[in-house]
Amino acid sequence: MTEIKRGWNRRKTMVVLMAFSMIFLASVAILGHIFREEAMVTDFSRKNLAPCLQYPFGTDFMGRDMLIRTIAGLSMSIRLGLLTAFISAVIACVMGLAAAVLGKFADGLILGLIDLVMGIPHILLLILISFAMGKGFIGVVIGISLTHWTSLARLIRGEVLQLKESQYIRIAEKLGISKGKIAVKHMLPHIAPQLLVGLILMFPHAILHEASITFLGFGLSPEQPAIGVILSESMKYLAMGKWWLALFPGLLLVLTVLLFHYIGETLGRLTDPGHAHR
Amino acid sequence: MKRLGITAAKNLIRMAVLLVLVSGAAFFLVSVSPSDPLKTNVGQAALGSMSQEQIAKLEEYWGVDTPPVKRFFSWASAFIKGDMGTSLLYRQPVSKVIAEKLKSSLWLMAIAWVISGTMGFLLGILAGVNRGKLIDRLISGYALITASTPAFWLALMLLMVFAVWLKVLPIGLSVPIGTEASAVTIGDRILHGILPAVTLSLTGISGIAMHTREKMAEVMGSDYMMFAKARGESKWQAIRHHGLRNIALPAMTLQFASISEIFGGSVLVEQVFSYPGLGQAAITAGLGGDIPLLLGIAVISAAIVFMGNFTANLLYSAVDPRIRIGRDQA
Repeated sequence: MTEIKRGWNRRKTMVVLMAFSMIFLASVAILGHIFREEAMVTDFSRKNLAPCLQYPFGTDFMGRDMLIRTIAGLSMSIRLGLLTAFISAVIACVMGLAAAVLGKFADGLILGLIDLVMGIPHILLLILISFAMGKGFIGVVIGISLTHWTSLARLIRGEVLQLKESQYIRIAEKLGISKGKIAVKHMLPHIAPQLLVGLILMFPHAILHEASITFLGFGLSPEQPAIGVILSESMKYLAMGKWWLALFPGLLLVLTVLLFHYIGETLGRLTDPGHAHR
Repeated sequence: MKRLGITAAKNLIRMAVLLVLVSGAAFFLVSVSPSDPLKTNVGQAALGSMSQEQIAKLEEYWGVDTPPVKRFFSWASAFIKGDMGTSLLYRQPVSKVIAEKLKSSLWLMAIAWVISGTMGFLLGILAGVNRGKLIDRLISGYALITASTPAFWLALMLLMVFAVWLKVLPIGLSVPIGTEASAVTIGDRILHGILPAVTLSLTGISGIAMHTREKMAEVMGSDYMMFAKARGESKWQAIRHHGLRNIALPAMTLQFASISEIFGGSVLVEQVFSYPGLGQAAITAGLGGDIPLLLGIAVISAAIVFMGNFTANLLYSAVDPRIRIGRDQA
């Protein structure tokens, strides 16, 4: 038995892979931020180059290095994803707790609100919010934050409803501790792992929606390095056979989303006691 | 049966209330917008050269000075009577624009919905039955990757391969450029619809496939499946007799609930293929500040989504007796 314990197991592999994904994403985010000036450098002596050794992703119609542009865009996506997913998770947490704790009326109200947000297709709601905010960065942040909390809020509500029946919460109620204090002190720590996993699994959606809304022209402005902007520009040059403008940035976006997904799933599995013996 | 009627009525009322709230929320959003409809549509230069009276006339046309609440009630009361206003960009009644665009979008979405539903269901069964084997890994991997792929990028890639390189399919629009409406054949329409429909179907499969896989794997591990095996039923016999019915229901519900996603996907895909559907109209309206059209599309799409949810709810309580009992007790 000791041999198995000391030896390599799947949990450790998962931890190592997860650490690698995190390092990769973090370095993309940081590098992109450092090189954001370079990403905008135009040089007409090298425009429309196909991928080669010097420019692995090629260059665009203004002679911008697509590799640097892509990384700068991804960095933007990752940071935006972090910000919006965090805000969404906070909203989800507050709503979920409030729905479960504050009684039937608040519960109905919040469930109605969830149905309302889910009723309009996400993209259309994003367009509406972006329109209301006059497009641009703020519109994207608010739009994505306000549209992604619903499913996590439902999950937390369900979890808290179950918790409410448990002995220790009932005892706390009988001791006369206030509802707010019970929610924060006794329930929040219990749902924290799920909240964290839910938060990370929200990134992929947030990133994809940011790219989509920017692609459609409602998000970040064309001057900013963003994957959505790159891909929407590439659309004009696709018919001329400039395939590299769309292929590589998109592939890296998919990779980023997959890595976030992997981190979230792995974290979920590692924190779930049911999987402890793998 | 009477219970079912009550459930349906309750759901309908809830849906109507939600629809009113959605339109109110959408109206609120478009009326707080800082974007000046005159500047976006007339242009700064043209405005500068206009007289004050002309500007006042334009302001009246775009409804700049009317207070939002008053506008909402006049809009809502007209909407109920069937008058959705006039699209400012298309210069046609909104209802006419939406009807026309919805027609071309709807069959695209319907095809994608049916294909992704059946394909996803079948793949999900295949993966769930063979859990852990190579085929399951392939299907799960496919589902994971398509779930992480933005629909518009997939559309771009398909466009690149089939329209630019192989030149077998047209690059965009729903009909060939420069042909009259009467000269457009069914064949043309199908040809132009292939790529958008394929893109939407490919991305739509993942959700339903993963869901069905989980359920199928659950069913495979159940006691009644083991009993069926012990009775001598072959694997596929057992699946057909005891598995399918159990997993078809949640799958159908999920598929009805996924209408919202298909709709969102169609907005992006239509933009890439310049397919003149509802999604593209929404983008044009949003970018051009065409408030009546944007509102109309928001309400109509919400109505479609709610209809989907309504059907799912009804289906569930009609077919699954356990849900009915559960509801009555609660």
